[in-house]
Amino acid sequence: MNAREDILGRIAARLNRSPENAARARERIREWIDARRAGPRPEVGDDLAANFVRRACALSSTVETVGRLDEVPPAVARYLAGIAVAPAAVCTPQVAELAWAGAGVRVEARAARDEDLVGITGCFCAIADTGTLMLCSSRASPAAVSLLPETHVAIVPVSHIVPFMEEAWALVRRELGALPRAVNFVSGPSRTGDIEQTIVLGAHGPYRVHIVLVREV
Amino acid sequence: MDFKARAQASLADAGLQSKLASIKGKFVDMRAAAVRELPNFEAMREAGSGVRDAVLGDLDVWLEEFERNATARGATVLWARDGAEICRHVIEIARRHGVTKATKSKSMLSEEADLNAALTAAGIQPVETDLGEYILQINDNEAPSHIIAPVMHKTKDEVSDLFARVHQRPRKTEITEMAREAREMLRAHFVSAQMGISGGNFLIAETGSAALVTNEGNGRMVTTLPRVHVVITGIEKVIPTLEDLCLLLRLLTRSATGQTISNYVSVLTGARAAGELDGPEHTYFILVDNGRAGLVGTDFALMLRCIRCGACMNHCPVYQAVGGHAYGWVYPGPMGSVLTPLFVGIEKALDLPYANTLCNQCGVVCPVKIPLPELLRKLREREVERRLRPLAERLALKLWAWVAARPALYAAGTKLAVRYLRWLARGRTTIPVLAAVPAWTEGRDFPAPEGRTFRELYAEGRS
Ligand code: SF4
Repeated sequence: MNAREDILGRIAARLNRSPENAARARERIREWIDARRAGPRPEVGDDLAANFVRRACALSSTVETVGRLDEVPPAVARYLAGIAVAPAAVCTPQVAELAWAGAGVRVEARAARDEDLVGITGCFCAIADTGTLMLCSSRASPAAVSLLPETHVAIVPVSHIVPFMEEAWALVRRELGALPRAVNFVSGPSRTGDIEQTIVLGAHGPYRVHIVLVREV
Repeated sequence: MDFKARAQASLADAGLQSKLASIKGKFVDMRAAAVRELPNFEAMREAGSGVRDAVLGDLDVWLEEFERNATARGATVLWARDGAEICRHVIEIARRHGVTKATKSKSMLSEEADLNAALTAAGIQPVETDLGEYILQINDNEAPSHIIAPVMHKTKDEVSDLFARVHQRPRKTEITEMAREAREMLRAHFVSAQMGISGGNFLIAETGSAALVTNEGNGRMVTTLPRVHVVITGIEKVIPTLEDLCLLLRLLTRSATGQTISNYVSVLTGARAAGELDGPEHTYFILVDNGRAGLVGTDFALMLRCIRCGACMNHCPVYQAVGGHAYGWVYPGPMGSVLTPLFVGIEKALDLPYANTLCNQCGVVCPVKIPLPELLRKLREREVERRLRPLAERLALKLWAWVAARPALYAAGTKLAVRYLRWLARGRTTIPVLAAVPAWTEGRDFPAPEGRTFRELYAEGRS
């Protein structure tokens, strides 16, 4: 017997499956999936942006707020100058259209490479509850841009902040239909606590996550 | 697997003891702080265990649902009855795609299967990329001592020495420097491996996805950069919907490390889409039984709720005293003491159901409300039923039962015993050494009785 039939068969026997109760089980799981019941959640308050910023900073992201989208490239240029990193970045095609050259930031829209030092991305949405960015992979948003470089800069419109991860999934269902290949939730720079349970920032992913919040898009 | 002998060695290991003492309470405090923030954490535990039970009650049908949705998105779903079948699948996949190097993010199933040894034998280089697992691998494939903090038993200095020796670079003393050195070493592997192997914290039936929780980013690397991605998980890891994922994540990260969310949560579905610039071209799921199917529908099905957070071991006084290696297999602490006998055979792990105090610290913190002490007690019962306890213990209990069934004899016997113990105490309130059970009084004193039995006192009170 092949492994699949064997394993499923043994589970079915343990559950005393008959054709009738298997049919009922299938109905039950349909209902469960369709109901999409959300469990108990933490408190998040009314001011989602404020909560998002507080949580993101608590997880060692840095946040700057600007008024409009065209203020983003100069803000990023200032940030990179402030941490003494050259203004050259790989970016997702999604954000390549901003006036980077005018602000003195050289960007290349492509997949990330090992030697890239800065990665600039947009985000599908952001989550107030945990200060988290939700990145959805696509042609316009390759996954490794937020992963390989030491510095990750993310552009987040305030209007894209949702209260909880549940709303983020609802937004995916509404706007994308199916899940993209990779959904990555990012909550601050990568870190490890493996040596003596002492947490240090910068494990395999970025050392810095800088979020530029945009009030009006 | 002799827990007693290993535990004694651990207790005698001064280095390990000072390490255990220094981190004791760290995880406990972090979890407590995270839980205090949430007035409804108990409601979450209740809901979380409800979700897990709903899945386990219809596990066959949920697995079929997962398989259908994963396949529809272009992933290949394979099944493995045991560790050997896991290894066979992975090696076959590697050969099919011309793989010579595989980067791995932490997978307990790969430990169950001893996958690294099998890959190496097949000429495929496995590279562990979780910092802790990497440290163990370059230290001659040492075993992990904790399910989420695998090198909990090592000091910073030991890691410094190890890195200097293996990396052939100047010895680092700061943890940030060591982490950077490991990052540099592993980066080269991340970008050159053709295959990534990961575990899966959850499988989402509704979408056919794997959810992966990491802090270091290595999980994202191995599931993004190589051409082939293989997910290896237990069949019990399936959950219904993305909403259920939200709930279980809240429980998992708070219980494990006190984090509100881990740094990275990746939900991975299918393979690279047309036009995408990165991501694996081939995605495989290996769904593993290895002892799990046999627990469905039994008293021990509750154990399958486990989401591998590690809270039970962090809070266990026995684990805190002896560390993870004493438990002898992949899973330590209370959850390991239940799983190991069930997975490898109760007769091969006779000590483990006794490697605890039944104090229920584990049961109180378990985010999915597994009654661990109750399951441990059931395993003890099984050992007795199957006559697996030592002969002396069985005879002693038989003798006691025989005496207890004869009230006059029992009364006379206990009367004699308390008077003897009273005499032994010689006026003190405790007895330091009992010749009949010297091991028992090695670590504690026996409280001396007052001189008369309960039955005598009771009779006196009545008259
Ligand atoms: S048994 Fe409970 S506490 Fe222990 S690892 Fe599993 S889920 Fe966590």
